[in-house]
Amino acid sequence: MKTTRRQFIKISGFTAAGAVVAGSVLGSVQKVIEKSAQGNITSDSDLTRTPTYCEVCFWKCGAWVYKDKKGNIKKLVGNANDQHARGKLCPRGTGGLGMYTDKDRLLKPKIRVKNAKGNETFKDVEWDEAISYIADKMEAIDKKYGKEHIALFIHGAPAAHFEYLFKSYGVENSAEPAYAQCAGPREAGFFATFGSGVGSPEPADMQNSKCITFIGNHVGENMHNSFVQEVSTAIDNGASIIVVDPRLSTIAAKTKFWLPIKPGTDIALLLSWIHILIYDNIYNKEYVDKYAYGFDQLKEHVKNYTAEWASAITTIDPNLIRDAVYEMAKAAPASVVHPGRHTTWYGDDTQRERAMAIINALLGAYGSRGGIYMGVKQKLPEYPGVPAFPEPKWTWKEITKDKFKGASVGVTNVLIDASLATYEPEHQIKAWFIAGTSFINSIPDKKKILKAMENQELIVVVDTMPMEMTGYADVVLPECTYLERHDYCRAGKNRIAQVAYREPAVEPKGDSKPAWWIAREIGLKLGLEKYYPWQNLEEVLAYQFEQIGTSLKEMKKLGVKTFESSDPIYIAPGEDYQFNTNTGKIELYSTDFEAMGYDPLPKYTPNEEVTPGFYHFIYGRVPMHTFGRTQNNPYLYELKKENEIWINPKIGKIWDIKNDDMIWLKNQDEVISNFAIKVRLTERIGLDSVYVAHGFGHTSKFLSKAFGKGINDSELITNIKIDPVMGGTGMRANFVTFLTENPKIEEVKS
Amino acid sequence: MNEQIFVSGKNIPEIIPNLELWGGPIALYLFFGGLAAGIIFFANYFYLRGRSNTMVMTIKVAPIIAPIIIAIGLILLVADLNHKLYFWQLFLHIRMNSPMSWGAWTLTVIMIPAIVWPLYYLPESIEYIKQRAPKSKLIGLFSWINNFVRQFKIILWIFKVFEKNQKLIAYLTLYLSVILGVYTGILLSAFNARPLWNTAILGPLFLTSGISTGAALLIWLSNDHKEIKKFSRLDLFLIAVELFFIIHMFMGMKAGSIAQVEAGLLFLGGPYTAVFWVTVVGLGLIFPAILEIMELGGLKISVWIPAFLVLMGGLAFRFIMVSAGQFSSYHII
Amino acid sequence: MRFAMAMDTKKCVGCGDCVVACQTENNVPLGFARDWIVESVQGIYPETVKMHFKSERCHHCDNTPCVRTCPTGASHVIEGGIVKVTASECIGCGACIEACPYEARYVHPDGYVDKCTFCDHRVFAGENPACVDVCPTDCLIFGDLDDANSPVSKVLKEKDWYVLAPEAGTKPQLYFLK
Repeated sequence: MKTTRRQFIKISGFTAAGAVVAGSVLGSVQKVIEKSAQGNITSDSDLTRTPTYCEVCFWKCGAWVYKDKKGNIKKLVGNANDQHARGKLCPRGTGGLGMYTDKDRLLKPKIRVKNAKGNETFKDVEWDEAISYIADKMEAIDKKYGKEHIALFIHGAPAAHFEYLFKSYGVENSAEPAYAQCAGPREAGFFATFGSGVGSPEPADMQNSKCITFIGNHVGENMHNSFVQEVSTAIDNGASIIVVDPRLSTIAAKTKFWLPIKPGTDIALLLSWIHILIYDNIYNKEYVDKYAYGFDQLKEHVKNYTAEWASAITTIDPNLIRDAVYEMAKAAPASVVHPGRHTTWYGDDTQRERAMAIINALLGAYGSRGGIYMGVKQKLPEYPGVPAFPEPKWTWKEITKDKFKGASVGVTNVLIDASLATYEPEHQIKAWFIAGTSFINSIPDKKKILKAMENQELIVVVDTMPMEMTGYADVVLPECTYLERHDYCRAGKNRIAQVAYREPAVEPKGDSKPAWWIAREIGLKLGLEKYYPWQNLEEVLAYQFEQIGTSLKEMKKLGVKTFESSDPIYIAPGEDYQFNTNTGKIELYSTDFEAMGYDPLPKYTPNEEVTPGFYHFIYGRVPMHTFGRTQNNPYLYELKKENEIWINPKIGKIWDIKNDDMIWLKNQDEVISNFAIKVRLTERIGLDSVYVAHGFGHTSKFLSKAFGKGINDSELITNIKIDPVMGGTGMRANFVTFLTENPKIEEVKS
Repeated sequence: MNEQIFVSGKNIPEIIPNLELWGGPIALYLFFGGLAAGIIFFANYFYLRGRSNTMVMTIKVAPIIAPIIIAIGLILLVADLNHKLYFWQLFLHIRMNSPMSWGAWTLTVIMIPAIVWPLYYLPESIEYIKQRAPKSKLIGLFSWINNFVRQFKIILWIFKVFEKNQKLIAYLTLYLSVILGVYTGILLSAFNARPLWNTAILGPLFLTSGISTGAALLIWLSNDHKEIKKFSRLDLFLIAVELFFIIHMFMGMKAGSIAQVEAGLLFLGGPYTAVFWVTVVGLGLIFPAILEIMELGGLKISVWIPAFLVLMGGLAFRFIMVSAGQFSSYHII
Repeated sequence: MRFAMAMDTKKCVGCGDCVVACQTENNVPLGFARDWIVESVQGIYPETVKMHFKSERCHHCDNTPCVRTCPTGASHVIEGGIVKVTASECIGCGACIEACPYEARYVHPDGYVDKCTFCDHRVFAGENPACVDVCPTDCLIFGDLDDANSPVSKVLKEKDWYVLAPEAGTKPQLYFLK
């Protein structure tokens, strides 16, 4: 490349001749200095790459790890052939390198011991000691109570390895916060309607939609890669976007159809939309006639729910309500109401999701291009020669299904309830095994969790970072990051069947180990050799690859491979399609719910109202962080160090608080935030609400960057609305007020 | 309500929330540059006017200060560089468009006559000090320097050349001193991105201010009544010119683009209003001017008081301009 | 050849991916940034409130006050109008930082002034700058203005755009799509 000198003279116009001579004399010296000063910017051709899929969130984008000649990781780039990544990673994926480089990582197994003074402390131990300790304790619990009394809390890629371990041991008591604290209601609501849940990625065909409706979903602030990319494509395509949110979210700011709703009144709006679709006769009649069951009951049910009725409840202009639903109907069937992800709001969430599913049905969205597609996947075979799992005496179902008939997987809060000393001894949980989730930050009602933990005879935490949860553990096992390990392939449902491969790009740091290794070692200690006929996970993957017509070698080269699938992702026009429901049709009227004793049609019941001086406590996300997991990541920390509380400027005036003031929050149950939070006065939020991003306010001092930065919304969520259908923990019925003085000082005074 | 926030954490402290890259060293550098320009200007000017024997302090003694403060200025400049070990790059390039380059070269070039001139007059200076302050420790030091430099043939040769062409050199140096004085303003005014600085009047204003501080210093140092009176009168004139320039600067800003109007507002109601009008204009210009008028009118006032105030005013002026200029910027929406 | 970048404020979600990608691609030290995101909010809740993001960086101006004020020539323009700094010629005086109306430059912890290079090491190898390639919303569009078929030429022809602080007279080459 032609660079500086010639050009430079031209630009400066005049350079002293002597200076040029002197310059050339010093030229060689300069070159050396230049190299050291300019850093080591390397072009891609000098780098090698290995495949992985991202683990910073659970969208699991296919990616390439680029390494320099010394073997150091230089950067992470999205895999162009992967439908999740499409050649790009989101900021968290790009900054995933920080998970590896973080100086606060766990690098050595630890066991809780009493020191000479009698205080409890952690002792660094070797792996063998830690694993023997766990196996001994598990066997002791098995003898004392039965092995079923152990619960497994999991999230992310390590989940599969530990679920496998526990199944081979004869335990099926696992739960993910991702269900009952997040996406559960939509799974239950959509399953009751279409006979199939939603899953991740959501099969909303947004890149082909002409109209997309988001109910509280703040895409762009939740940075799911291809999700955001599809919405961006939809904007390019000129699709209409309808956003229902009390706050001017990022996506709300990008559309003319922003419906600033009063918090907690979504079902009223949805019912009025159903009313208008039916009574204005703008629903997809042909589709409904052919595929839907219970239309007449629905029609009768929504008879009185006019736009005016909904307007009085939601405070949205009735014309805007009508315009929005007409826009939806105009685009049908290439029109989709997105199911959302975090849907545990007010305890009536499954019913809200039902209403959304019903609108999708009335639009004819399910199975239509631009609506909801039916994902396909490539099945991966089991490793051969492994015996069947032993049958447990009881599982999560026995303690869940009598309460929450609509739950399809383990419910975290049910397992926590079962962990209390007051629970029936027959099904009481006595040990926790936790991997990849620090759920004390995400599950509301911390007091109850602490009480449940007191009743545990063993708590094992597997994590890469010293998250809050590790502080309560008896044994802490340091997992290596996704850049240092193999995992099972990502092969979930999507538009096309793809398999994404992850392999270690670098050696694990310190004494950290892959989850599969940890699970296997515990298994061997427990005498479960027959379930682990392989030495390392690569063997399993190699076997799977052979069986589906590829090879380890090819997967190393491709990272993500696409497979042919004969299943169509849309329903052909006029096709006689059987839905997986009792009636074989889309159930506008849910026969399942009727049988279980739940409302077969969604109803609106008013939620709690604000009291003077208090504000709806709305929480959300920032695009550069995943839950509470990434605040200490050096790259992402630099992007966003702390959360702020959004307050309307008029409210700020009343309280005499200004931008960047630090305030404390107190909720309706007198709970005060651990730390102070910075004020942001903004017109993006209304007069009855405040907003904070989730994931901040870490209390673990071992997270040297994230500790004490911002506040954790979860600690202020104490009023929990349990979803009667599937056990979800509704967290939005909480209210906060402001404390402008340090409440801790007040305590000292009194 | 208008809100503009950085959401990706551009937490570079010297840039966000407002530019604070240049501070004390640059302000001092500009002050010393201006003061040196003033001293050199008067020495050469009155030499050319043929006052060598009547204005000994101005022409022969005071110029000793000039190279010292120029050197301090240069040291401050280099000390303020972030890539210090590369400072020599300054002297490998002449960049006509860069005021920083101009400054480095001007200071370097003026350094030659600034050193030679007082060295040449050193014996007379020593005599002058002996007469006025026979116990001064400076006498010993200057005598030692004088004896030391005059051992070198080359220096004697330089003095010879200097003597032969002194008039020409004085003209050149006079010219250079004006460039130096103007430069201290242009260093700032060349930045279009800082609307407060970006006014053509800043060069003449800084030149006037520099020469005024030079005059003030001479008033302070001299104990020749005639000389003091002359400089007091001169200083009064310079203060008047400076006030005129300052008023015009703000008039120009108020009549300028939004960015310039807002820059002007920093001093007309904004955060710098009090400090500027009280310290610089009040204590640094108007009050000493009144004192000087009273003194010229025959009242007995210690001469050092107005002189000190003018010097401090000039220093404060540079600190405030450097700081406030970085506060002013274009509105980017 | 005249490189330029367009930034679609309609699509940007302010995620900061461009910032991290730049950081890893160019070894930008943690705590510093060659590019950044600005959020602008105007109006009153709920009727008139509007918000948009801008991803900003060096504007690689046609009229470069930074290059003009540089006393050593460390700041210079290379082919395609890319403004660069040669670290070994830079004395770190900060004149260019004072001269830039966009505050696109910062002092690297090693002492020299650093800034966006439009990823010239990638661009001259036929690739896009790292920030452009990583953007999940495709809101950054890069190319050669002298080539009428380049993505940036096309998008500037098709859509309404504006530049920042045009009154500064710098003729910036970072265009913002309305």
